[in-house]
Amino acid sequence: MLGKLTWSAIPFDQPIPLVAAALVGVVLLGVIAWVAVAGWLPYLWREWITSVDHKRIGVMYVILGLVMLIRGFSDAILMRSHQALAYNAPGYLPPEHYDQIFSAHGTIMIFFGAMPFMIGLMNFVVPLQLGVRDVAFPTLNSVSFWLTATGALLVNVSLVVGEFARTGWWPSPPLSEVTYSPGVGVDYYLWAIQISGIGTLMSGINLVTTILKMRAPGMSYLRMPMFCWTALASNMLIIAAFPILTATLAMLTLDRYLGFHFFTDEAGGNSMLFMNLFWAWGHPEVYILALPAYGVFSEVISTFSGKPLFAYRSMVWATLAICLLSFMVWLHHFFTMGPGGDVNGVFGITSMIIAVPTGVKIFDWMFTMYGGRVRFTTPMLWSVAFLVTFVVGGATGVLLAIPPADFVLHNSLFLVAHFHNVMVSAVVFAAFAGYTYWFPKAFGFTLDEWWGKAAFWFSLVGYVWVFTPLYVVGLLGMTRRLQHFSVAEWYPWIVAASLGVIVMVFGVVCQVVQLVVSIRRREQLRDVTGDPWDGRSLEWATASPPPSFNFAVMPRVEGEEAYWAIKQRAREQARLREEPDYEPVEMPLNSPTGFVCAFFATLVGFAMIWHIWWLAALGLAGAFATFVVFAWRDRVEYEIPADAVARINRRNRASRLEALQQARRKEAA
Amino acid sequence: MSSSAAMPGAVPGVVPMRRDPNHLGHHAAGEGETRAPGRGIGGPAPKRIVVGYGFWIFLLSDIVMFAAFFAAFAVLQGGTAGGPTGAELFDLTNVAIETGLLLLSSFACGIATLALNARRPLAFQAAMAVTFLFGAGFLALELREFTDLVARDAGPTRSAFLSAFFTVVGCHGLHVTAGLLWLLTMMAQVLAKGFRPDILRRVMCFSLFWHALDIVWVAVFTVVYLMGAAT
Amino acid sequence: MRGDAARPQRRQARVSAALPHLGAIAAAGLVLSGCQMSLLNAKGPVGSDEANILIVASIIMLAIIVPTMIGTLAFAWWFRASNTRAHYRPDWAFSGKIELVIWSVPFLTIVFLGGIAWIGAHRLDPAVPLDSDRTPLRVQVVSLDWKWLFLYPDQQVASVNELVVPAGTPVQFVLTSSSVWNAFFVPRLGSMIYTMRGMTSQLNLMADQEGTLHGLSTHFSGDGFPHMQFPVRAVSDTAFAGWVQGAKGGPRLDTAAYGELARQGTVDAPRTYGSLEPGLFARIVDQTIPKGPGPAQGAETGAPPTVKPKGGS
Repeated sequence: MLGKLTWSAIPFDQPIPLVAAALVGVVLLGVIAWVAVAGWLPYLWREWITSVDHKRIGVMYVILGLVMLIRGFSDAILMRSHQALAYNAPGYLPPEHYDQIFSAHGTIMIFFGAMPFMIGLMNFVVPLQLGVRDVAFPTLNSVSFWLTATGALLVNVSLVVGEFARTGWWPSPPLSEVTYSPGVGVDYYLWAIQISGIGTLMSGINLVTTILKMRAPGMSYLRMPMFCWTALASNMLIIAAFPILTATLAMLTLDRYLGFHFFTDEAGGNSMLFMNLFWAWGHPEVYILALPAYGVFSEVISTFSGKPLFAYRSMVWATLAICLLSFMVWLHHFFTMGPGGDVNGVFGITSMIIAVPTGVKIFDWMFTMYGGRVRFTTPMLWSVAFLVTFVVGGATGVLLAIPPADFVLHNSLFLVAHFHNVMVSAVVFAAFAGYTYWFPKAFGFTLDEWWGKAAFWFSLVGYVWVFTPLYVVGLLGMTRRLQHFSVAEWYPWIVAASLGVIVMVFGVVCQVVQLVVSIRRREQLRDVTGDPWDGRSLEWATASPPPSFNFAVMPRVEGEEAYWAIKQRAREQARLREEPDYEPVEMPLNSPTGFVCAFFATLVGFAMIWHIWWLAALGLAGAFATFVVFAWRDRVEYEIPADAVARINRRNRASRLEALQQARRKEAA
Repeated sequence: MSSSAAMPGAVPGVVPMRRDPNHLGHHAAGEGETRAPGRGIGGPAPKRIVVGYGFWIFLLSDIVMFAAFFAAFAVLQGGTAGGPTGAELFDLTNVAIETGLLLLSSFACGIATLALNARRPLAFQAAMAVTFLFGAGFLALELREFTDLVARDAGPTRSAFLSAFFTVVGCHGLHVTAGLLWLLTMMAQVLAKGFRPDILRRVMCFSLFWHALDIVWVAVFTVVYLMGAAT
Repeated sequence: MRGDAARPQRRQARVSAALPHLGAIAAAGLVLSGCQMSLLNAKGPVGSDEANILIVASIIMLAIIVPTMIGTLAFAWWFRASNTRAHYRPDWAFSGKIELVIWSVPFLTIVFLGGIAWIGAHRLDPAVPLDSDRTPLRVQVVSLDWKWLFLYPDQQVASVNELVVPAGTPVQFVLTSSSVWNAFFVPRLGSMIYTMRGMTSQLNLMADQEGTLHGLSTHFSGDGFPHMQFPVRAVSDTAFAGWVQGAKGGPRLDTAAYGELARQGTVDAPRTYGSLEPGLFARIVDQTIPKGPGPAQGAETGAPPTVKPKGGS
């Protein structure tokens, strides 16, 4: 009846996961109870869970990303502290648990921390920057989000029910085959990633269609803000790369469930095939995360330097070059498989070539600041810190691309330090820069700067402190994923890295405090004009938070930096543009489709993991029924009357006019 | 600040915006830019274009997934582990009939689209029914082939080559199954709702999907069966 | 097989031969180089070539990134909004000359480093035998769950979790795995290489001088992965002959003894075998000997295999 699922799946004998899970469970139940008692459930259901508004979905993605970043960070704390106690000692985590933790850390950080965060920012910002009212397929967008959340849920369920993969974040066969990993850990990985991967793919389709087919009048390609360009490149990579992951994991699933022989190294199977296919997705994935991050930095640096982005077209070319090249380098992940000099040489060089467009971007950001008036707000601090630290990660990346150097550094902690160096400084710094930068747009008040800067400094110092010793200990020949070790010379560096984690903890705490303090002080931090940073692109042309329809009338774009032009004219003429003729706006109706689909997907995933076949069939039938019901709807849109649109827009115009006059009075005085 | 002082009528401290800061000739609307919606100057494309475009991209991603399976098949083709090879197993007559059924089904699907455009419900339903029958016939033949192979101890667990074979062909078969389910849903929708714009768009997507399955089948037929039988 | 054509050219001119002094200076500057474990303090020709490449490439990269880091901070600081002496140029967003420099600096760097990568990838290809007038020692390596087996086909002895090689003699490794992937790596000798079941990989290394080095697996292979570390003793020729003689007294390594070794578990003290069943390694590679069984027990519930951490050893 319940397949492999029995009471023994719950690790009653392991206090750490059980207590952690109990704690999370209590907090979750507490929040739900609080929400229910306060009577907010109908509000949440109506305005968030069933919302198809790209802004709401973007915010939910970012919240998911934030929570999962903290979840992944807690794994990092466990790993670092364990290793510091594991010199000639067992540490406090047995190997089967330690192995789950580093696997979960990588999986969660990449798939459920960084990805939702970046997709959330793109979801929220791209339609606003393009001057349109929503993405191309709003309900699909909601489905995408909820499927991603399903994946995150399944990974976290594995903490209490059964186990997670003990293979590392890429389940390399034959270790991940059923002979060597008979438990449900790899199955949790497979179904969680497969389900969230479908969500990611649909999100990619949605955003590419939006960017290519839905832009405000006059918004030609070369007038799009840089963030839209990087979002386009990133989502094209999603479309081209994620199907490869889907296929690869499907093959591993067939191996495990039905005894196929793709990667078993038996009966003609070939485990090297998995490595090739996985990294054919895996390396583009790095750029799926990094490209939107570059976009965030482009927006932030330009805005806070008070200048247009330097060499915009060069940046566009560099972005597209990275997009293309990212598919030509996958083999550098296994130079040490022994493919020979020619193959290694070619892929070493292609990997290095990526450094050219990336270097160009770095220099262009530098020259964006040159001749500017740089304001050191929190987002700008993250961006400058990115520029300074990212080049180190880039340089070590080029080192690792030289095959003979990789022969001694592959899989070492030097490599671990390298990719954390680039991933943290590009993706995590961009995530927090973007979070602070666009927060006022989403919620109508800015985040507290003092706490934001405190979070920044702790995070930066902690990050350098953690990863510098790891670079060094990698050069001392220490490899990754060691549950214990007995080499005396590694020990001090491991301890040093662990101390750095403590500093990072302060950064995380400050980040949380910042949010709480800002919500409490929201009246002082209120942004009434919708343009708190003196922005340059169209998202700042509407109110904060934007109305559900984003723009009362679709903006007409007449040049690069669409909003800057409008604003400059307003300043010159000391008045706003003529009031437009308001028309009724049609917006898509909310739909529970996404949430219901995700519910059934959770059933299917959980049932497949535990071999509960009837439940899986039920879940699939339910998902199909949901689609049919959705397709049967007669009303898909609702109309916002013209006078409501006018009322909302006039309120924002009044505040903007007020701000304009205030600025003039100040300048006159 | 100093640079703006010379500009007549300028607000102090504010520099008038140049439309084209990079001197790239991209200021004026119009020249060189098409007015077609969705391509710059014209604003968002109409719903039909957006839906079709999005679905095309989905099909591309689906083809990328098939490409990964084809790559796996190409790598594992020699991995027969002493078991039967393609030349010993494949019945090309059967495959030719399957191909014929699928192509005929696509033809019927084309007729259905024409009937749709002519707003003729009866012809549409009939053509869709024919599409379904041919598709189901294809599926039945494929299933028969699969059960036959398994009975001859040439199931997917026999060797890596057969694993890859069953996966490539089976994945296409799963797509056909999903397509048949979708087809029935569309017939029911047209019956219940008539030729509404959103339903027209869905039928358009369905027919794109159905034809794309043909394209994938052509690759399956060539790479798996013809080239597989030759080795 | 692949190495034959390249054999004569090997090591005629080292990649970084022109830059040994520069490399040495830089290495001396690094605290690391004195360290007993450091990769940069290599004990063999392969390792020192790789260390030199690492150092030279690092210097080139540092020459680019240090000015970039300083420039970034300098630009950001000088053009701070409160600095009234900085010239505000709100429209300045393009300069062809700067763009030319911006594209060429990384491009030229990559052309140069790409050359190093290409030449290095060929000269230091692990499959290419080393240049030496001494006959190479052949060692067959099998990674097991979770221990290393070293077969000496010419000496007809074998050892577990200890690799003994004569210093100054090239060693030709042929590697495979009994179960999952591992990577064989002796940091101070140079190049690592994967071990994979049903396949062999080739690796050529040499220790220049006597001493004990640290070897390990660098590809995660399951719960006992941290136990896959072993001492590498580079000894004099006579000491090596003595070790072989000593090993001869050990038990025979046949299919049954191998089957015992292939089961999941760890071996704390190194052990040796005095004779080898003929063709054992070939049968491991062609899989006529069964694979490592994995955690056969508890397969249904997913219970962890019985590996306990070393605990204060």
